[in-house]
Amino acid sequence: MIETRGLRKSFRSRAGRETKTVDAVRGVNLEVAEGEIFGFLGPNGAGKTTTLRMLATLIEPDGGEATIAGADLRKDPAEVRRRIGYVAQGGSTWDESTAREELVLQARLYGISKAEAHQRAVRALEAFQLSEYADRKCKTYSGGQRRRVEIALGIIHEPKIVFLDEPTTGLDPQSRAHMWDEIRRLRAEGMTVFITTHYLDEADALCDRIAIMDHGEVVAEGTPAELKREISGEVVLVGLDATATPRAAELLDTEAYVHKLETADEGGLRLYVDEGATAIPQILRRLDGAGLDLGSIELHRPSLDDVFLTKTGRSLRES
Amino acid sequence: MKLARDTWLIFQRQIQLLLRNPVWVFVGVFQPVMYLLLFAPLLKPALRASSQAEAYKIFVPGLLVLLAIFGGLFQGFGLIAELRAGVIERSRVTPVSRLALLLGRSLRDVVSLVVQAIIITLLALLFDLRVFIGYLLLAYLMLALIALMTSAVSYGVALKVKSEDALAPLMNTVAQPVLLLSGILLPLTFAPGWLQGVAKWNPFSWAVEGTRALFAGDLSNDRVWQGLTIIAVLAVAGVVWAARQFARSVR
Repeated sequence: MIETRGLRKSFRSRAGRETKTVDAVRGVNLEVAEGEIFGFLGPNGAGKTTTLRMLATLIEPDGGEATIAGADLRKDPAEVRRRIGYVAQGGSTWDESTAREELVLQARLYGISKAEAHQRAVRALEAFQLSEYADRKCKTYSGGQRRRVEIALGIIHEPKIVFLDEPTTGLDPQSRAHMWDEIRRLRAEGMTVFITTHYLDEADALCDRIAIMDHGEVVAEGTPAELKREISGEVVLVGLDATATPRAAELLDTEAYVHKLETADEGGLRLYVDEGATAIPQILRRLDGAGLDLGSIELHRPSLDDVFLTKTGRSLRES
Repeated sequence: MKLARDTWLIFQRQIQLLLRNPVWVFVGVFQPVMYLLLFAPLLKPALRASSQAEAYKIFVPGLLVLLAIFGGLFQGFGLIAELRAGVIERSRVTPVSRLALLLGRSLRDVVSLVVQAIIITLLALLFDLRVFIGYLLLAYLMLALIALMTSAVSYGVALKVKSEDALAPLMNTVAQPVLLLSGILLPLTFAPGWLQGVAKWNPFSWAVEGTRALFAGDLSNDRVWQGLTIIAVLAVAGVVWAARQFARSVR
């Protein structure tokens, strides 16, 4: 659905007399498949928004190529515009207009007829649970309502891809969960969703695949599960009493799925495995078969923050 | 065709928002009416006009041009607010014509200016101003072109500077010499030679003279077609330049 090769953008900024060139995006290669929620994860200033704005035809890349929904970004931006939707981070609704007016106008800007635009506005208002406030001015909406109007605006022309720049920033937890549901609904309708976020939990819970971005470059890409596995696999903590521990260690050490085995000082084992979900049943069977009494079993998964830490040398929470 | 449709869409929306807040009519008319009531009476003796109506024939056209220049030049502020709200960016991801984004807005400014001009002309009629309707329409065309130009320039500058703090002093700095060098308040025939020479380079002074000639019923005066031509050319240039800013503006 989206393919980019070497997408670049630098900005010139003036500080005093010196002109400095800042490489905001330095050669981004991405592949986004149809029908997935693709997440761009990274700290503020990593180049996420700049990349998104290039893909949405709002700024011209300095170099590189991209194909979006079959249209060439460099040669035919007008066609790209027809096929994509874009929802900016800072809002896009006018205080004095109503949601319905905004939706109808937006549809019409895409060349949709008046009657059809009104029908689509009604459908969008229903889908986003906005019918009740449809004819109130945007300035009266809550943050979550307003964000839903903005997303509805971004997809009123039924694009193949929608770009959402930080769709949940500034929302309270409840509105955020609501927004996640809306985004999943878009995917269920067959849309490809490209979001940026600096929330780890959001990337983890919402996205099918993510690219981690730092200093204008993609430092890692994959499904959240793959990325986490890539760094250290997963750890299964097996709780046993001290007497049973040596015997259990002996039994499990020979199993193929266990990469490394450590005995904890106070008894119990730490098993490093590829995938805890498939290892746990096997561990249980093995220990049960040997008649050993199992106190507890716990799966420790590395978080995306661990991934970010490994790739960039610092924690996302700190940056 | 697409341009006309897109322009109409933007224009419709802008007019709708304008009508929702009709204070602008009052604000827009209040100042010129004050000039009309409190300044114009000084003109008969000052200009040694034979009658009050004669003085109005000189003053009202100048006042209307002034209204068109200032009304247009300060439209950029509204655009900065739209820029900040993200409305412009939202329009720019759609396939809408960039020229239409400008024209739709500038045409609203032209319409609101012409409405103000009509109100002021009607008030001036009470003071015995008499103008032939055909000439009046030509004068309104001149005003419309001026407003189109100044509002387009204002939008273009707004997209470049992106802040009210920069736009306000910039527009004031431009507007003041333009105003003084156009003979709007008093005809430049009273000016010393050097001032008249400088004013020749001010396109608005041609527009003011042309508009005055129309109010005086002097269609054969060269200033009429010269003023219209100069302003029309500048309006086209302003529109082209500003539309390019809409096409390339960042955020």
